[in-house]
Amino acid sequence: MGYPHLSHGRETPVISKYFGDAEARTLAGWQARGGYEVLRQALATDPVDVQNVVKDSGLRGRGGAGFPTGVKWSFMKPDGKTHYLCINADESEPGTFKDREIMRWTPHQLVEGAAVAAHAIYAETAYIYIRGEYTEPIARVREAVREAYAAGILGANAMGSGKRVDVHVHKGAGAYICGEETALMNSLEGRRGNPRIKPPFPAVAGLFAQPTTINNVETVCAAIHVLRNGADWYKSLSSPSNPKSTGTKLFSVCGNVARPGNYEVGMGFSMKEFLWDVCGGPPPGRSFKAIIPGGSSVPILTPEECEGAVMDYEGIQAAGSLLGSGGVICFDDTQDMVRQIARLARFYAHESCAQCTQCREGTAWTTKILERIRDGQGTMKDLDTLLEIADNMTGKTICVLSDSCATPVVSGLKKFRHEFEAKIPKNRSSVMVPSFTTAAA
Amino acid sequence: MSLHAIAPDGQDAHEAHAPVFVGARRTELDELLTRYPTKMAALLPALWMLQEDRGWVSPAGMNEVASVLELTPAYVQGVVTFYTMYHLHPVGKHFVQVCTTTPCNVCGAEDVVNAFLRETKCGELGVTSADGRFTVVEVECLGACGFATPVMVNDALVECVSVDSVQDLVAGLD
Ligand SMILES: Cc1cc2nc3c(=O)[nH]c(=O)nc-3n(C[C@H](O)[C@H](O)[C@H](O)COP(=O)(O)O)c2cc1C
Ligand code: SF4
Ligand code: FES
Repeated sequence: MGYPHLSHGRETPVISKYFGDAEARTLAGWQARGGYEVLRQALATDPVDVQNVVKDSGLRGRGGAGFPTGVKWSFMKPDGKTHYLCINADESEPGTFKDREIMRWTPHQLVEGAAVAAHAIYAETAYIYIRGEYTEPIARVREAVREAYAAGILGANAMGSGKRVDVHVHKGAGAYICGEETALMNSLEGRRGNPRIKPPFPAVAGLFAQPTTINNVETVCAAIHVLRNGADWYKSLSSPSNPKSTGTKLFSVCGNVARPGNYEVGMGFSMKEFLWDVCGGPPPGRSFKAIIPGGSSVPILTPEECEGAVMDYEGIQAAGSLLGSGGVICFDDTQDMVRQIARLARFYAHESCAQCTQCREGTAWTTKILERIRDGQGTMKDLDTLLEIADNMTGKTICVLSDSCATPVVSGLKKFRHEFEAKIPKNRSSVMVPSFTTAAA
Repeated sequence: MSLHAIAPDGQDAHEAHAPVFVGARRTELDELLTRYPTKMAALLPALWMLQEDRGWVSPAGMNEVASVLELTPAYVQGVVTFYTMYHLHPVGKHFVQVCTTTPCNVCGAEDVVNAFLRETKCGELGVTSADGRFTVVEVECLGACGFATPVMVNDALVECVSVDSVQDLVAGLD
């Protein structure tokens, strides 16, 4: 559902079905819509069976990496240790604002999803880590948690199952990097949000050094619908031609576009139809120049590359980018790509946690060079330097924030090189204008 | 950052610090501590309480948080400075954060920032207006990119702010 715009007929609203419906926010409203029945059944089911249904559904993590959720859950074994679930509601990837809408409109959907996921991984405690700027979503989820405790849905004897399920809301304090899974765990523990070197992986030693699963908000919400309606139903929502990307996905759409907002479509949806029909195309009188389809960390596409693409993990990859977090950023023909890519680099430079030299120095230098090109002070050699730095920033650091900064720079230089070159003063380019031309004039 | 912070009005920040974690706040903190296996995990929430009550995270406040959570002041300071939302100095009554990251920037966010600097008479980013009412800062993605330009005024998010709506918005703040 495209809040604030009306739902589009071509959407498949599953997770977003109750966006805009204020009654669904309350416990009574959520239960009237069938809420918490999945949790009741899950609590009476062996966690392995819950894991298997989710495995069969093909659901993949919606936080960006697309790891199969059921497989991730199955790493958690009943080993007698204390297990934890972290819900990643740090949502800070530029262009992404879907988890916000889930929490604002259907906070109980998230609480139920978190409780179900906790049971599935043999955990009694789930922490929902919400970015500090999300004041309204935090208030809504806290209220939902309060209601759920008061009704005995959460607590020592969750829904009368004899099992303990605790859900706590933890408020972040401003740092994009805390969306990275191990940085989030450090932050939750009361530390600086530095990503950890892996291994150990969270399933072995995560939060408080215990086996931990971390899931995105949308992932656990999708899991409820999988468990309610079955794996086959979930697979039927997406294009049958690609069994690797199943179900629906919420795409956030922003930038220069007629109808920005969140739209939920079946995986495999045509990107052309999505951009030009569901989202209304570019603003009136303009045309698209570039699209970043999966949040700011993925390669930039040209409109031509988008036209033939389908919106699923493999389809967007085939078009030359990634599905990422599903944040679709649109640029129209009035945009100066150098300026906008420079601003994006500045974002990464600001958000680098500064542990790794390649990232700390690389994001800063990339920004500096891009800004001088933007201001007409660049040289042709700067373009090569940018690519060299990008190469040094890719695949060499503790987390992929460094790679994420390099990605739009490399793809931007490849596809919009003429815009970069046009900003470089002729007398600074490697092909210098011979001085006799001036003398002769 | 130096621990010896000076408030913008020239007041020494090392003024007497009234403890935050007493009475209801202490009870709240104690309840919070039951949710985590370590005391350290309550650090971010405790700093939030401090900032809610005092308006900023002062050096004396950090010392108090350190002592109630059995951490060192240096450790607490190290954590505080990692995060952007804790104020290391007092800020204006209305703390205005305008997102200018690329998705908002393509929709004209930089012009919105300039309009705020003009209307609030702050003139410069991060500088509190002479009357103490406003501080305007640029912020990275607020997670509301479809509602460009989103602006946070203290705890409230205002969606779809345009250059034309800034004047009324500022006029509506007391
Ligand atoms: C720099 C960085 C930032 C990230 N930010 C987020 C985020 O805000 N929300 C999120 O769900 N995942 C984010 N991720 C991905 C998480 O590390 C992790 O893969 C995800 O939360 C796992 O959940 P899922 O399997 O349900 O997708 C980020 C990753 C990196 C490297
Ligand atoms: S790549 Fe950057 S953000 Fe990630 S751990 Fe290294 S310095 Fe920190
Ligand atoms: S880029 Fe401005 S809110 Fe996301």
